[in-house]
Amino acid sequence: MHSMLKASVAALGALAISASAALAGSHGEKLSGDLVIFSDMSNPAPRAVMEGMVERFGAMHPDLNIELTVIDREAYKTQIRNFLTANPPDVANWYAANRMKPYVEAGLFEDISDLWEGPIGEELASTKGAMTLDGKQWGVPYTYYQWGVYYRKDIFDQYGLAEPKTWDEEKANCQTLLDNGVKCYTIGTKFLWTAGGWFDYLNMRTNGYDFHAALTGGEIPWTDDRVKATFANWRELIDMGAFIDNHQSYSWQEALPFMINGEAASYLMGNFAVAPMRDGGLDDSKLDFYQFPAINPDVELAEDAPTDTFHIPSGASNKEAARAFLEFVVSADNQTLINNGENLGQLPVNKNSGVDDDKFLKEGFAMLSSNSPGGVAQFFDRDAPAEMASIAMEGFQEFMVFPDNLDDILARLEQARARIY
Amino acid sequence: MSITAMPTTEIVPARSWYKRNEIAVTPWLFLAPGVLFFLFYVIFPIFQSFNLSLYAWDGLGEARYVGLANYQELSTDRAFETSLWNNLKWLVLYLLAIPAGLFIALFLNQTVTGIRLYKSLFFFPFVISQIVVGLVFTWFYDPTFGLLNVMLGWIGLGPINVLGDPTLVTYGIIAAGLWPQTAYCMILYLTGLNAVDPEQIEAGRLDGAKGWRMLWYIIIPQLKPATFIAFVVTIIGALRSFDLISIMTNGGPFGSSRVLSFYMFEKALSEYGFRMGYGAAIAVVLFLIMLVFIAYFLWSMFQEERAR
Repeated sequence: MHSMLKASVAALGALAISASAALAGSHGEKLSGDLVIFSDMSNPAPRAVMEGMVERFGAMHPDLNIELTVIDREAYKTQIRNFLTANPPDVANWYAANRMKPYVEAGLFEDISDLWEGPIGEELASTKGAMTLDGKQWGVPYTYYQWGVYYRKDIFDQYGLAEPKTWDEEKANCQTLLDNGVKCYTIGTKFLWTAGGWFDYLNMRTNGYDFHAALTGGEIPWTDDRVKATFANWRELIDMGAFIDNHQSYSWQEALPFMINGEAASYLMGNFAVAPMRDGGLDDSKLDFYQFPAINPDVELAEDAPTDTFHIPSGASNKEAARAFLEFVVSADNQTLINNGENLGQLPVNKNSGVDDDKFLKEGFAMLSSNSPGGVAQFFDRDAPAEMASIAMEGFQEFMVFPDNLDDILARLEQARARIY
Repeated sequence: MSITAMPTTEIVPARSWYKRNEIAVTPWLFLAPGVLFFLFYVIFPIFQSFNLSLYAWDGLGEARYVGLANYQELSTDRAFETSLWNNLKWLVLYLLAIPAGLFIALFLNQTVTGIRLYKSLFFFPFVISQIVVGLVFTWFYDPTFGLLNVMLGWIGLGPINVLGDPTLVTYGIIAAGLWPQTAYCMILYLTGLNAVDPEQIEAGRLDGAKGWRMLWYIIIPQLKPATFIAFVVTIIGALRSFDLISIMTNGGPFGSSRVLSFYMFEKALSEYGFRMGYGAAIAVVLFLIMLVFIAYFLWSMFQEERAR
């Protein structure tokens, strides 16, 4: 009786395996067991993408039992530390560059340099640097996106404004808008990081990418005159009243209505802001994009393009399936699909993928591939160590509300720098 | 008859140790699970925190012994100083819930048609979650769309951004916290008022006590047990004022609404926090503050026991 049952199960299993092999085609290896994935892709569109990927990967490997747990994106940032040590999944989302450093140093992420030695390494060459720490690769990117100024084209047209190329044009545009009772920029700094975006751009435009990287790397004192020059540029906008009032009370989402209602004309943001703005009724005739203008003509333009990633925790139990999943995620076809305008609406990292026929994606892709000679940064809170980032971004917020406190703020940041690095 | 009785006393063997000590041991057996859990989950972590505060540890790698360096840093940390002051503001202002609760209770302690409905409406804010209270007040304070500025506009006062102003923000959050806390104190006093002796009121009235004097000399002394409990829960509520801050301002603007518990969370457990040792040092300071109150509570409960 027992043996009969066993035999029939085995037969069924064999049948399923042969079926899956036929289905999978290129993927020769047979994957079985459980694959546990923890994801932070909790916003509606990313969530659908993640579920779609799991479904398609599951169809390729029917024997594999995939368990997907989607955790709220903000909550995930604190939970990851607990589950990586206590209850590691097989695959987990995270971010590139310095943000993965604590986990790499603690040995919680699996070294997957071998995966990068294959064709993947060449296909994903543009983000290899961001995934590398200590000369090894610790994860794979699945998407990245440009930052830049999203603006109300209809409002710009109404007042006869053109996309600015220089700082003077930027300020002149802003003055015209302010004279007509429209704020230049919406921003919500309640969660601080949006102010980090402004600092990134102002500092990269004022002092250049290399200086910015050295500053976030702790090699340059915050009281340096070049840093002060960045803040002086920022202050010009603040003194004009360019930013919406009371931004310290809003999250980035809560700052969107100002732009949608036409009370503010532009938003320095990542491309993920396009989806909610479209939902808010801004179609492509009303919404447009320009690269943050040059401030110091002597420095090369550099951009922020944060990369979101997948990693294998070192405590994973089904690493074979996890590697297969990572390979599947970065494959050119999947990259094209998940990053198109109907899904994530972001840029694929695989160079063989196609960029979707979307205005913002095309502009972003062109900007990052040809008009960012200075370099590509991750983002302030991913380039600087976590603690420095939190103290600095708090200082940025304070500066935006009380610009007169600058010396005090910089002294504080310098004190923190001396301790942290 | 005596012959039959004799053998039974001889046959009965020496009673087991448990049987002999049953009266003394049983209470401890019943207490044991609670005591064990208390030791393991409350007392032990206290000492663990003390120990951890002497280390620099990111929660993942090796802990490094640094002695009192964390405390030394606390003494120069302005964010810590702000949090400490805010804790003090919370402790003092939160106590307003006690008189407020008392007056609402006195007001509601009458027999009118539908008084049960009114009572439950007043009690309502305590039933809803602190998170919801926080959200409601955030919208109420919203500088652009909020009701508060509309109302201030009626009496000709300019718009204010309560949660965006570093000098006002803590008071704004405390006001939000007082709403449910007042309801809590109210319910404590309502039950207390049921136990007020009508004969004493009658006697007081015969002696000519009225209004405030009646309240102060006759009613309030009889409400002492309710006042004590209200005091305890309000102090505890003030010290664990975490959720409102987290939902309303996230500690901001630029950290001016933090309290110690929130600062500890930020340093040790939040998105950018990797400093378990420093967080533990903050926790120890918070514990020492609590210890003052815990000692007072225990002492006054002890006094009461003795008075009986």
